[in-house]
Amino acid sequence: MNERVFIEPQPSAETEAFWHAAGEGRFLVKRCTACGKAHWYPRSHCPFCASADTVWEEASGEGVIYSYSVMRRAKPPYVMAYVTLAEGPTMMTNIVDCDPDGLSIGDAVTLRFVTTAEGAALPMFAPKAAAGVVDPAEERP
Amino acid sequence: MCRPMSRPALAYIVGAFEHPTRDAGDKTLAQLQADVALGALADAGLGKDDVDGFFCGPDAPGTGPLSIADYLNLDLRHVDTTNTSGSSYLLHVAHAAQAIAAGKCNVALITLAGRPRTEGRGKGGLVRRDDPNQPDFQWEQPFGMQILNMYGMTAMRHMHLYGTTSEQLAWIKVAASHHAQHNERAYARDVVTVEDVINSPMVADPLHRLDCCVVTDGGGALVVTRPEIARSLKRPLVKVIGTGERPQHQQGGYFEITQSGAAWSGKTAFEQAGVRPADIKYVSLYDSFTITVLLQLEDLGFCAKGEGGRFVMDGNLISGVGRLPFNTDGGGLCNNHPGNRGGMTKIIEAVRQVRGEAHPAVQVANCDLALANGIGGQLGVRHASGTLILERE
Repeated sequence: MNERVFIEPQPSAETEAFWHAAGEGRFLVKRCTACGKAHWYPRSHCPFCASADTVWEEASGEGVIYSYSVMRRAKPPYVMAYVTLAEGPTMMTNIVDCDPDGLSIGDAVTLRFVTTAEGAALPMFAPKAAAGVVDPAEERP
Repeated sequence: MCRPMSRPALAYIVGAFEHPTRDAGDKTLAQLQADVALGALADAGLGKDDVDGFFCGPDAPGTGPLSIADYLNLDLRHVDTTNTSGSSYLLHVAHAAQAIAAGKCNVALITLAGRPRTEGRGKGGLVRRDDPNQPDFQWEQPFGMQILNMYGMTAMRHMHLYGTTSEQLAWIKVAASHHAQHNERAYARDVVTVEDVINSPMVADPLHRLDCCVVTDGGGALVVTRPEIARSLKRPLVKVIGTGERPQHQQGGYFEITQSGAAWSGKTAFEQAGVRPADIKYVSLYDSFTITVLLQLEDLGFCAKGEGGRFVMDGNLISGVGRLPFNTDGGGLCNNHPGNRGGMTKIIEAVRQVRGEAHPAVQVANCDLALANGIGGQLGVRHASGTLILERE
């Protein structure tokens, strides 16, 4: 199987903190301290109330699949997806470590960083079951 | 039809020309631009020295409108390079009508030309990836964002929310192919079946190869002018009675990708025109993919949200068969997709229908009211919808 080649993210002054934290295994989202709402993709000005008082916060890394599409003809194939984060916004990402034919919209997923050739950590997601995370609600005798 | 009699005249489309080529390896882009510009002017019965307004997209090579204005030696007093990708040309017609009404120009020329087939672009559907200054670049490109998977995710979610099926989407391609068989210039003229579509290779779930438009060279142009000039010409009068435009994007991460900008651009255009979807005799809908057509039908109000799949079934979009004939030239799914920008050819076929000059096998009887809609950019992430309503006078 061919190794997937990623386009490098090329962090900017506005986003260096995100990619630095990702390299350390921490997933950040931007939240506005004026209106309290989290947004995606991260930017310096709040896209809702236009305040410049936006701050990074560590996100839970939990979400559900909003939609997805398997790129069958890519080599290797990959699963493009939107994931709605527990914090609210929906982000573009990939679903990894999964059976592409077993996915459904609404499936719970959890964060899985994937490293590019140049060492950037891309925030991707894996199905919760595959990630070995057991939902306590499902752990009934 | 019940509408105000004193609706103000906006402007008239008096010239329309579609380049016959689908493979332009022997022509430069500037030649194609000239071919379509002069073709549309000849169709109108005007000459290039009559043009005082020029509208083009970034498909025109060089610095905005300047290089092609120089190449054609145009004497201009108004230019507009609005770029919403494939829907640009619908917005250009609207902006030309506004400029004419404001007295900024009298004869507006709108052009499109492109050679994606010759230049090997478009086959992979890669989104432009060369500008890290794009604020979205680092949040999308590393993840393998392509045109195909953006439309794929849109279709997948529509299926999830409304139970739409691959067979229903396939009916859109089937209808386009029924029309394309009569168009000798169409890139793909074979009539296909629902089975052909769903048995073609899956490219980006749930879209099959035959859910996707063709990649062709070519182009087209339009001439828009004021009422006095339009009435002095010998062509049937095609009046622009309603226009609308709407950019749609990710809204900070809280969005619904199954809702296109057509919901807004269509409402604006219908209100301005004073007509309803039920009055429309023919529609040109940008068919980059089958799902694009489905969303426009719903969002323009031809059926309820979520009902698009049932609406397109059983040939409902086929001229002479169904209730709402669409893309009677074969559209982007079969005829052509010059420059990977399908808005221009949507307007041209709507003009043909309103003039009564479509192929006799697909001409809609008494087609006095038509709608053209374009979705430029990508459904599923960022796009702009442009709507035009055209009336025969």
